[in-house]
Amino acid sequence: MAEALLEVSRLSRRFGAVDALKEVDFNVTAGEVHALIGPNGAGKTTFIHHVSGALQPDSGRIRFAGHDVTTLSMHRRVSAGMARSYQITNIFPGLSALDNVALAVQGRNDAGSSFRFWRPVGREAALFEEAKGYLEQVGLQGKDGAAAGMLSHGEQRALELAMVLATRPKLLLLDEPMAGTGPEESARMVELIEQLARRVTILLVEHDMAAVFRLADRISVLVNGQLICTGTPEEVRNDAAVRRAYLGDHL
Amino acid sequence: MALYRAAPWQKPLSLALLLAALAVPTVLTALDQAFYIGFATRVLIFALAASSLNLVLGFGGMVSLGHAAFLGAGAYVAAICQQAGINEALIAFPLAMGVAGLFALVVGAVSLRTRGVYFIMITLAFAQMAYYLFVSARSWGGDDGLPLNGRMTLGGLPLASDDALFYAALLALVAAMALFGRLVDARFGRVLQAIRENETRMEALGYLVFRFRLVAFVLSGMGAGLAGALLANLTGLASPNLLQWTQSGTLLVMVIIGGVGYLYGGVVGAVVLLMLEEMLVGFTAHWHIVLGLLLLAVVLFAPRGVAALFGPTRGNDHG
Repeated sequence: MAEALLEVSRLSRRFGAVDALKEVDFNVTAGEVHALIGPNGAGKTTFIHHVSGALQPDSGRIRFAGHDVTTLSMHRRVSAGMARSYQITNIFPGLSALDNVALAVQGRNDAGSSFRFWRPVGREAALFEEAKGYLEQVGLQGKDGAAAGMLSHGEQRALELAMVLATRPKLLLLDEPMAGTGPEESARMVELIEQLARRVTILLVEHDMAAVFRLADRISVLVNGQLICTGTPEEVRNDAAVRRAYLGDHL
Repeated sequence: MALYRAAPWQKPLSLALLLAALAVPTVLTALDQAFYIGFATRVLIFALAASSLNLVLGFGGMVSLGHAAFLGAGAYVAAICQQAGINEALIAFPLAMGVAGLFALVVGAVSLRTRGVYFIMITLAFAQMAYYLFVSARSWGGDDGLPLNGRMTLGGLPLASDDALFYAALLALVAAMALFGRLVDARFGRVLQAIRENETRMEALGYLVFRFRLVAFVLSGMGAGLAGALLANLTGLASPNLLQWTQSGTLLVMVIIGGVGYLYGGVVGAVVLLMLEEMLVGFTAHWHIVLGLLLLAVVLFAPRGVAALFGPTRGNDHG
């Protein structure tokens, strides 16, 4: 069996009286697209927050690329190769598209220190050349100078993806990349993720079942903070508990 | 708000203004108005202090209501240096910057863990603590402050004449503006501004947000400390009043009038505010009323400050 890139064991988190996550065991194998699905309020985003380091669990461990990252801060996990997109687009709306991505490139460990006080970035051509490359990869060529906030919703999602790519992640955490996009943009996003999947491991949270079943190698189902099933799309489709809890009328 | 980008005419304009500034003492002396050289020096010093505040306020998005503490610390270090027999500015001024920077490091390390109103309150609290410390420090003059016995020397040259101190203050301001101007367009400044725009995003990109903020805060404190040391030389006194919260407020008002997040916002604000004060005091003792009206006018008609009226110096304005 291939090595697990992300290994989550017995992860629990309570918010007041609510068990947001209950002893979740979950792993992502290097190279796969692993989708996490579940009804609204099942704890999917909470789970992503814990994996990315935005929230700390009450108990349980998270191992990433062979290291225990349970107590590591978000930026350290990013340095270790974890990158995430947000359910609600999270970019720098006032900055140009190119500056958005250039900042992502600059933040990488191998891009050199950001504590440079004198040299104008205008002279750091490599930063912007690389950033342009990522913009092209997501189909935003020619939008360099546009203020990110002025791009269409789909373009903003693509821009966020370019920023995430620029961190050169080992694992991509995509939190509902299709949310709020129209059918056309949605189809483009699926294509884009398909291309990315050849190069990087992806943990995908998504409501769009057509997209999930097309993209995912494995699917896990989260209901009320508990993982009720993990398997291939075929196995999940035929799982009785899943059908009862969630999929029923979707499939 | 986009990342800061200097307008193409900014460099020639600042050079022209610098040349004009160099001529100020000569012109004022020729006009028999040498009295105003001291006033002009005061403007330069506050331009330096306000620009330092603008670095954290305008570019870092940190509303500090405690910058008077760093100004005051710089002034006291200069006075204490002289008391201890150090009369050389090349030693006293860096020392003032060092102490103010160290103080800013402590204040920043605590207050930068908070946001918004809490940050404002904690910086204010630190400044008030420093104020009461100096008020009650008998050996440093307490309420009365610590006077200087004449001005210091800079590299052996006496700063005793108003001309000499004017040029020393101008040199300090030019050096600071050169650093700030380069900094905001370098990697560090871009990170600082991006944090102002979207802190969570920067963290998710792997940046240690706290560290960048803290470094900017310390740099800003050092700038204010240098201004304080110059001010003590100008007025001949390190007074606890320099650390009053109203002084922090004045610096904030300068930046807001001048233009938050504009490189020259602090300079413009210091010039406008101090010149208004100077003119209005001649007419009425209640000049603060006029100042209040002016503030209202700025907020209503030039909400981004006076510097913003002079055309686009921000990336998002050129389309």
